[in-house]
Amino acid sequence: MEMNQDKYSDLTKGYDQDSDKRGNIPAESVFEEVLPNVIAAKSNELFALARKSSLWTLSFGLACCAIEMMSAHMSHHDIDRFGIVTWPSPRQSDVMIVAGTVVKKMADPIKRLYEQMPEPKWVIAMGACATNGGPYYRSYSVVMGVDHLIPVDVYVPGCPPRPEALMYGIMELQDKISSDAKNRANLISKKHLNNEN
Amino acid sequence: MKISENINESGSTVDMLINMGPQHPSTHGVFRLVLQLDGELIVDAEPHIGYLHRGSEKLCETESYSQVVTLFDRLDYVANLNSELAYCMAVEKLLELQIPDRAWYIRTILCELNRISSHMLFYGVYGLDVGAMTPVLYGFRERERIQSLFEQVTGARMMHNYIRIGGVKEDTPPEFNENLHAVVLELEKAIEECDELLTQNEAFLARTKNISCLTIEDAIDFGVTGPILRSTGLVEDVRISEPYGIYDRFDFGIPIGSTGDCWDRYYIRMQEMRESLSIIKQAIKQMEPGEVQAKMRRIVRPPKGECFVRTESPRGDLGVFLVSDGSQNPYRVKVRAPSFANLQAIKHMLEGVYVADAVVILGSLDIVLGEVDR
Amino acid sequence: MEDQANKTTALNAASQKLLGILPSILNQPTLQYRTNIDELTVNLPGDLVHTICKILKTHTDTAFDYLTCLSVVDYEDILEINYHLFSYTKRHKMVLKCELKSTDPTISSISNIWRAANWFEREAHDLFGVLFEDHPSLDRLLLPDDFEGNPGLKSYPLHEYKEW
Repeated sequence: MEMNQDKYSDLTKGYDQDSDKRGNIPAESVFEEVLPNVIAAKSNELFALARKSSLWTLSFGLACCAIEMMSAHMSHHDIDRFGIVTWPSPRQSDVMIVAGTVVKKMADPIKRLYEQMPEPKWVIAMGACATNGGPYYRSYSVVMGVDHLIPVDVYVPGCPPRPEALMYGIMELQDKISSDAKNRANLISKKHLNNEN
Repeated sequence: MKISENINESGSTVDMLINMGPQHPSTHGVFRLVLQLDGELIVDAEPHIGYLHRGSEKLCETESYSQVVTLFDRLDYVANLNSELAYCMAVEKLLELQIPDRAWYIRTILCELNRISSHMLFYGVYGLDVGAMTPVLYGFRERERIQSLFEQVTGARMMHNYIRIGGVKEDTPPEFNENLHAVVLELEKAIEECDELLTQNEAFLARTKNISCLTIEDAIDFGVTGPILRSTGLVEDVRISEPYGIYDRFDFGIPIGSTGDCWDRYYIRMQEMRESLSIIKQAIKQMEPGEVQAKMRRIVRPPKGECFVRTESPRGDLGVFLVSDGSQNPYRVKVRAPSFANLQAIKHMLEGVYVADAVVILGSLDIVLGEVDR
Repeated sequence: MEDQANKTTALNAASQKLLGILPSILNQPTLQYRTNIDELTVNLPGDLVHTICKILKTHTDTAFDYLTCLSVVDYEDILEINYHLFSYTKRHKMVLKCELKSTDPTISSISNIWRAANWFEREAHDLFGVLFEDHPSLDRLLLPDDFEGNPGLKSYPLHEYKEW
């Protein structure tokens, strides 16, 4: 093998300390080494890691934002890098990207689709219309934001947001998933302590 | 034991209702179709629209003339510049405004580019509808090229708000011509590549040839326009029959089909992209520096009156009916959306075909729901 | 430049010819024919719409085979229905106008003449409450079935705009 064995014998050695200063902060690991060759992780954090690394989105284009969502999935932006797979059925999806204007006639189908998705599930409101009505703020038939119907985790601003903005929104959602799991773990352990006392 | 729910006591089959949409990957948006099936055959189809009815026409009445352009951007969200152009032309017709030549050349180049990007989206999505996974990647690659060029000129990838009443927002950036040349060269190659990839594919031909043939009489009676009308063999293009702007200065052809089937509709769009490229190339040669905005008052106040403008959008005959009462806001704006009229014919097209072809036929219409529901 | 301005504000040759033959075809001495920018416009009473549309479509000299647009304009006390017609064979166009009282907006449907009128009329019924007699199915098209009112009318209020 061409690989320099010495260099890779200790993986912490090759780590560039300067990268922190440049803003490349490595992700916090959920694993900790408890014994040589044994790593441990909290189960909910481990599950959260698995969940956030493979988010299946419900392919659910409503309006203009759907075109940018499709652009994000296609060759140039390739959102598949983040483990995002678009899926036509709500039964196997984790994330609903509400991409476009929600009108009153569509309100019931959206609620129903959300209810059909299995837990845990998240919602991204993409674009100004899904956030608060956007340019159709005064319209008689538009729901003023999808959060009147279903709980929203991440709002992506823009009309329509660029594919990069959607990617940033998805990364925010990933952060939210892992931090939620961590906070929940803290909450549970505190409860546990309180019960003992 | 009950053999099937679809057989009644006398032994004959009972029709089955299938609900397609509003959330369905092949409906190109939120469109609902209720199909009545007798086995594999469609007996009746009932389209339901309005899942994206945003009340744009009413909102136009509350905005000032120059603000309405943003609402038109969002009607046909695949070919935004073409819808902007239709509205601006209507206001200019009421104002009897003379638009500088350079503004018209910029408008024409951008609208034709938008036509290509719209047809590229159709090409990709139609491939998906038929069952081919690859074309959509190629189609979006080309769309991305055009969109980044739009971004250089207009500042936005999709909602440009660039064509204004009396001209365009501003002149093109200095590097525009060079980039446009590069994009045109790349598109030329890409269209050939896309054509080779799908057009003569045997599976594609089997799925689309002789499916839902439409006659000229039916097409005209339903108000069908654009590539679907031309696929029946009628030579009709508003750009040639009633030339608006500077379209009479270019030499280009109208591709027509012969049978009016799904393949013809597809192939006409492929040829239209080539014609659009030829228009762009002629426009680049003819374009000269100059003003891009007509001299007019800042607050647009057309005289009392009304007018109707027809333009050729990638989907067909896009008309705008504008009524002015002399105030700052339009009194009434009615959009004659091509997709709306084209979609009407789907009930007729779906009767008596196999259920597997329903998606192919719907895809060949290339509807944009933002325009259908407005 | 002047030449171009004249071109856009006058009837084209085909429509000019139509103006010449139309009075004898329709045979309605009370009708007024006028020119609006580049379109021939005729105001019709409501009860004549169906018969005149039928003549315009079937007569070989008019041959209006294509209903471009059907729109409703709300002038508070009257509703004006506009029919934009075009002929692919003769290449002329015209506009029919019909004024209805907004208290009783009833007119006969033309969806049995041009099938294109079907959805346009349903939309007009949905947004403006115009009743089209003999229409095959005059249900709501764009709005949900339980929606109340006709939002296209000027009297229908929009949401108030709140500054943040």
